[in-house]
Parts: sequence; C-alpha cells; structure tokens
Amino acid sequence: MRVVESINRALHDLMEADLQLVVMGEDVLDPYGGAFKVTKGLSTAYQDRVWTTPISEGGIVGMATGMALKGRPVIVELMFGDFIALAADQIINHAAKFRWMYNDQVEVPIIIRAPMGGRRGYGPTHSQSLEKHFCGVPGLTVSATHEYADPGALLHRALASRSPHLIIENKVMYSRPVFGAAALPRPPDADIVILTYGGCVEHAVAAAKKLVEEEEIATTVVAVEQLSPFPCEDVLSQVGRCSRVVAVEEGSPGWGFASECARALIGRVRHFSALAGPDHPIPSSREWEDDLLPGVDAIQAACIDLFKKG
Amino acid sequence: MNELAIRKDGDIPASSFGELKLVPPSALQNLTLPQAERTLLGFELPTVARLYQQMILIRLVEERLLELFSQGLLFGTTHTSIGQEANAVGVINALDRDRDIVWSNHRCHGHFIAYSGEVEGLIAEIMGRVTGICGGRGGSQHLCFRNFHSNGIQGGIAPVAVGCALARKDEGAVAVVFLGDGTMGEGAVYESLNLASVFGAPVLFVVEDNEIAQTTPKNLTVSGSIIARAEPFGIRTFAYDGNDPVEICELAQEAVGYVRAEGRPCWLYLRTERIGPHSKGDDTRPALRLEQARARDPIPPMRQRVADFEEIDAFCRSTVDRAVESAAAAAMARG
Repeated sequence: MRVVESINRALHDLMEADLQLVVMGEDVLDPYGGAFKVTKGLSTAYQDRVWTTPISEGGIVGMATGMALKGRPVIVELMFGDFIALAADQIINHAAKFRWMYNDQVEVPIIIRAPMGGRRGYGPTHSQSLEKHFCGVPGLTVSATHEYADPGALLHRALASRSPHLIIENKVMYSRPVFGAAALPRPPDADIVILTYGGCVEHAVAAAKKLVEEEEIATTVVAVEQLSPFPCEDVLSQVGRCSRVVAVEEGSPGWGFASECARALIGRVRHFSALAGPDHPIPSSREWEDDLLPGVDAIQAACIDLFKKG
Repeated sequence: MNELAIRKDGDIPASSFGELKLVPPSALQNLTLPQAERTLLGFELPTVARLYQQMILIRLVEERLLELFSQGLLFGTTHTSIGQEANAVGVINALDRDRDIVWSNHRCHGHFIAYSGEVEGLIAEIMGRVTGICGGRGGSQHLCFRNFHSNGIQGGIAPVAVGCALARKDEGAVAVVFLGDGTMGEGAVYESLNLASVFGAPVLFVVEDNEIAQTTPKNLTVSGSIIARAEPFGIRTFAYDGNDPVEICELAQEAVGYVRAEGRPCWLYLRTERIGPHSKGDDTRPALRLEQARARDPIPPMRQRVADFEEIDAFCRSTVDRAVESAAAAAMARG
C-alpha cells in the first residue's frame, strides 16, 4: 500500500464510522480528488459531507473550527502546506485556544492536513516546510507522517483525540510504499542516531544503509512522528546510550526540529550536529533544490564528520 | 406609564431559557413574595420593561467595572459597550436562547449579559476569580457560556460563527456574530460573507457601527458603504439608525426569522454610539462629538416608557452590588 492509499483508506473509514464528519478543502471533489489525489473517491461515496471550498484558507479553517466546536468534526485539506500561513490566526487564536480558554467547556475536533516539502521543483511558495511555525502552539498537536509508520492510523488517532491536530504530509512521500516501523534501521549499539521526521526519513534510511555498507558505521534512524508537543522521553529512550546524534530536517535552519532535539538531549550525548534546508527561499531549479535540501549524500557526510569527532 | 400599550403582545416571546429556571421552594412557601421568581433578564416582564431591565443591568455592570478599574481592583483591559446596550438587548432577545449561537468580540459584556444574565460569573471572570464564567482563564473578552462565545481577535470570529451556524443548521439554529465598523478592515469578514453565502449558513452578521475604532474615526479607515458590503455576496441586508431597543428587536426578529426560515445569511447594520472610552480613559474624541454621542444614549428615552424604572434600577443595582461582593470574596484563579 502506498502512503496516499493509506490516508485515503483512513478517510473513507472515518467518514463511514462518523456520520457527523465533514471533509473539506480546495478541489477535493471527484473526479479530481484533490491536488495530490488524497481524497479520491470520497465525494462520490459521501456526497453531502465532502465539500469543495473557495480559495479561502483562513475562512475554511475558521469555518471548520466553528463546526467542530458545535459537534461536527472536520478534516480540512490544505492544497499546499505553504498556504497554512493564511490560516495561522484561525489555528493559533481560535482552534487551539478555545478548549483551554473556555475552561474546558468545549472541544474542537479538527484535523488540518498539510502537504509540505520540496524536491518537486515547485519553487519558493509551494515547496516549504512551515510546520515549525506551528510547533509549540499550546492546544495544537503537530504530527508528520512517514512511510515507516502508519499514515492512516495517525488520522484515526488524531480524530479520536477530539482536539486540534495539524498533520504534515509530504508531497513526494504520497507515492511511496508504507514500509512500517520494523523496516527502520535499528542496529544494536549504534554508532550514530539520526533523528528526523516526515519527508527526510527516506533519505536518512538510505544514508544509514550506505553508512553501514560503505563505512561500517552502525546507524539508527529515529523517525519522530509527533513533532509538538515534542516527545522528549520517547526520543531519549530511542537514542539510548548512543553518544552521537544528527538531527535532520528539510525546513529552514534554526528555531526548529534540531533545536528541539538538542533541548531534549542536553547533557545526554557527546556530539550533536544538525542538517536543515537553506536559509533563503527554495529555488525552482530542480538540481539547485536537490543541492540545498538535506539528501542522502549530505546526511551521510554529516554522520561521517560526527563519527570522526570521537 | 402606559407600558402595555407600547408592548406588542406575542411579538417578542420570552425565551423558554428563562422558564427552565426552577422557583426555589422557599419562594413558594412565602406568600408575601411574588408568585413567580423575578428573573435577572426580566423574562416575566412585558417587552419594553424587559428590554429596559437588561439594558440598565448592562449599563450598571459596566459602570461598576470602570469604577473597579479606577480603584485598582481590576487589571488587564476591559471594553465597555456603554451607549450600545440597545443593540445587545434588541438582537439577543430576538433569538431562541435554547438553540441559537452567539459570537461576540472584545466589546462583549452587553451581548453576554443579555444572553445569559450571568452577572456574577462575568464580574468574577473579569476579576480573575475561580468563580468566573471561565474560571479566570478568559477574562473580559474570552467568555463562554452554553452557546455564547467571545474572542478578542477582530474578524477572526466571523468564519467560526459561519461554521457554528452550519453545524447546527439541521436543528433550526441560527448563529449571530457581532462585528464593528473597525472590523471592516479584516479580510476574514469578507471570506466569511462568501463562505456563508456559498454554503447557505444561517448566520446573522450584526455590524455595530459606532463610528470609531479605538481612537481612530471611521472616515480614516472605512471606505465605501458598510451597509452595502454584503449585498454583492447575495446576502440580504437590513439597516437601522435609531438606538431604540424595541425597534432593533423587531428588526432583528425579522432578520433572524429570515435566516432561520431560508437557511441563508443576513447582514444587519446598526448605527450606534459608544459613549464610553475604547477601554479605560482612552477617549480622544472632541467634546462636541462626545456630546453628540451622549445625546443618543438609549437609556433616557426608555425611562420615559417604563413606569417603574427606579424599582428596576434598584433591583439591578443590588444584583451588581452582590455580584461584586461575591466575586471579591472568591479566590483568585491561580491554576
């Protein structure tokens, strides 16, 4: 099963199980089924509860928040994750705040699905990884699915929690197979642990394989699914006694995933380094984009550097 | 005073929300007390007296809040609606409190009191007490009680109200969202008009135009016509300039009736006056303009129409006194 099928199957199952659930987003209706085909078949099966919306990200996230507040859970698809900036006020000052601010009198079961990431040549405003700007928002859970987890199960858990979730998907990942957690490299007594998430996981896994084959450096890949609140204890236990950690993310450097990993690991590891995307917008040129985003070669090189430090 | 002649019987039904209240057994036993419990929102009163009682209750609560501020007993900020009470009681009394939904903004006390009558919960909330309506978490502009909500973000509440309306459309509920002339600058409002019309949301947008946004007059910030803003979205529009709560209530009833029956949004423009400051002591308007605003105070004309207004005032004043005492005695919320 591919990632897109796992998510699509979960959407169908959730719509069937919860007659109040609404799925909405831009161009989500059949025969198109969404820009990345994640909602394919959904509007045919559940005509009344799959809504195509105006191009109005702030408005639709706000509308979905109001519906969720009054008992109708909503899964919102943002066509491109980049557009989430338009909905920032609704997420930060409305959906995420209501439950606590109103003294736990209400709940807001809303899921926002956001395809993020580059490596498709979409250029500066359609290739970003903006999730870090929404991490650390109280009342909001941010997760990033990957092919070594169960993308569909994440949706089920998020809806069951009856609280606002932002789920980061990855444009390139949609067409990749779901491998499951057992396929992640986890050698005993690893020399290095790579901490990463989302679209970078596949590159980290490929780098880990090369490291063990070419350099005999035993490398574990920890794919973090829930980004915020950051699962410190889980990350610490997965790093275990390994003293070298490389954090890898595709977004811009600083104030992000690597910073959060470092915070969790303070005093626990000897060597730490971080790889991120560029500190400028992502260029449209495919080759240039590949040079800038952390790929297999860059991750491998970062691990070798760290290994050499002792 | 010939109050019954003004009241139009059956025009404005008292909400069953009030009728749900149980009469305490002690009141039934004491034959010197009235037969029915006296409600803070005056559900047992004829329309004019009921609307007056709610207005004066709002006025007294907000005047007391400003006093408490000057005495250093309140902190943060508070936005009073002194002068705008007719809008609050006119619109809220046109609703079915059992099922309809209200979204209000930073200037929400009037709407809240008219909806809930929870004076003590409001004052305690603003004083940051555990007995506050949101346990001291929300404060002045973040209130939640049954289907009443407020939030301090301009315009952001508009799409949320559209969603609330859609969620409860099958139950015949209507959502009302209060906006101001200052909110007309927010893009969320126009996205909401479009969404409400496209999806057929039973939502009533109420614009309270007091011609000033904090300290900036409307002519510096609002272009074109506020009244004409919604019509191009295919949204029916009502407009009123008069500050009479009975007339506002009748107009709001017509608007709410349309929204409920047709499952369509509606735009209700109300020209009003903010007599008090934006929050506390920040009124920079010239004396003449303030005088004009005070001349449109909706309370004095109502006193001409309610014979026993002094008795109503006393009842409301004692309610506010007790609420402040009770709130002051409660513990500060500390988490």
